[in-house]
Amino acid sequence: MTGGFFPPTRASVVEALRSGDAAERERALGTLVAAYWRPVYRHVRRKWGKGHEEAADLTQDFFAELLTRDLLARYDARKARLRTYLRLCVDGLAANAAKAASRQKRGGGAAPLSLDFEGAREELERRAPGSDETPERAFETEWARSVLALALERLAVALEGRGKGIAHPLFEICELGAGAEAPSYAELAERFGVSVSDVTNGLSLARREFRRTVLDLLRELTGSEEELRLETRALLGIDVP
Amino acid sequence: MTALPDAAVSRLVRAIRAPDLSGTRYVLGREVGRGGMGSVWEAEDPELGRVVALKVLDLPDAAGDLAARLKREARVLARLEHPGVVPVHDVGTLPDGRPWYAMKLVRGDRLDAAAALLPTLRERLRLFLRVCEPVAFAHARGIVHRDLKPSNVMVGPFGEVLVLDWGIARLLDEEASERRPGPPAEPPIEPCEPRAGGPGTAAGTVLGTPGYMAPEQARGDGGVDARADVWALGVLLRGLAGPEALRARRLAAIVAKATAERPAERYEGAPALAADVVRYLDGEPVTAYRERPWERAARFAVRHRVALLLLLAYLAARAAVLLVYGR
Repeated sequence: MTGGFFPPTRASVVEALRSGDAAERERALGTLVAAYWRPVYRHVRRKWGKGHEEAADLTQDFFAELLTRDLLARYDARKARLRTYLRLCVDGLAANAAKAASRQKRGGGAAPLSLDFEGAREELERRAPGSDETPERAFETEWARSVLALALERLAVALEGRGKGIAHPLFEICELGAGAEAPSYAELAERFGVSVSDVTNGLSLARREFRRTVLDLLRELTGSEEELRLETRALLGIDVP
Repeated sequence: MTALPDAAVSRLVRAIRAPDLSGTRYVLGREVGRGGMGSVWEAEDPELGRVVALKVLDLPDAAGDLAARLKREARVLARLEHPGVVPVHDVGTLPDGRPWYAMKLVRGDRLDAAAALLPTLRERLRLFLRVCEPVAFAHARGIVHRDLKPSNVMVGPFGEVLVLDWGIARLLDEEASERRPGPPAEPPIEPCEPRAGGPGTAAGTVLGTPGYMAPEQARGDGGVDARADVWALGVLLRGLAGPEALRARRLAAIVAKATAERPAERYEGAPALAADVVRYLDGEPVTAYRERPWERAARFAVRHRVALLLLLAYLAARAAVLLVYGR
């Protein structure tokens, strides 16, 4: 096997956002927003103590600035992770009251993104912060949650698009089910009217595809191989030596 | 896109990390350990009816270094058939390209935890000697472990000792076979890093664990040999003996010689170090310490205390007889 285990896939959002292809730019922005809007919203509320409305506005402003001021042009993967860079950009935005006052002007007429801030607010208020959770750690946790949620969406599209029948529902039951324990393979086989080996094969396929999807997504959200390695380890909860 | 609950996040992360064993004969169990490059999982082999430990890389390995290292470790283990080295059963590659190998599932305590249950110095030193055995075996086959530390030594329920994690072991005979004309006696094991200062590790590359790394290894010198393991064994010996026992000059001298700054001043290998510990236990002179005459006499007295006591008792009895009966 050459070139590592990452299959060739979409380019990093850092490059794609500067692409001459409008469709590619739009797709990259969609990925970036999906992965980061909740972490940004939560960070602004937790670290900067902003209320819901103001945090939602600042989150919208952040993504607008990202494009209008081409913030990613200054990003250097050799100096920091993209996640860290974006968090520092958010801090800069939130800290600058003068900029906050001129938000409307800066937005430059950019259409606000359609984001479920109400849902994010409920989620934030339902989940009390851990006593030792720093804003940076909270940002990372929310980022990991968003990456996994986005990967789940892509997994559903990929498996259903390929007509992989029971693979996706099986994965949802086993990995996202509300119960403490997933049903046995025999129970699942009976429920879906298939053999136990069909269940194990379907689950293997879905897990393999999910892993690949997450790694693809991380590749999009990073700027270098080293950053990809670090972010993968961060997502998987492994300390970087 | 809805926010995922914490429980779902944990399960999804596990789903990513868990090896996909479809296509193998193993059934995945729980995760039992995690190292610098991969994780270890219990896996059942239904065909043979046994549970094994399966070591697999956690992450995709773009550079290929870690994958090479894992495969290399499996081959090092396969070469070391010794009761103190975990046997490898099987190797393979997962559908996502991650290499794995199956080995005996080791149950027990790590060295420091096992030693804490041994009340006497003598028992702890005997445990240390059992650690030296597989290391000496490896040295005899030209293999240097390079990462000996308490967490890499497991003590089983019957006192059996297993040295684990040979992932950064160095193969000295690889170097020799490269210099020799003609094909090597057995297939060489691929090094995990480019060869500059020696096979397996480039000069300047630091692999190992701080606190247990010999000075030359910590500096990234290319040519570390068995004496780097001697240094780590010396650190283990110091820990097993404890500060009280190290007030004994002869034992302290053994530790000092094993952990000498310059490799040339250390024992040449694990057997020589073990032999000195055995001499210490048997009350014989150790090579690491030049005794003064009175120290030799004191050691002689301790070693032959029973015979001396009998002799003294006899002499006392004779003296009593002389005093009482005048003859």
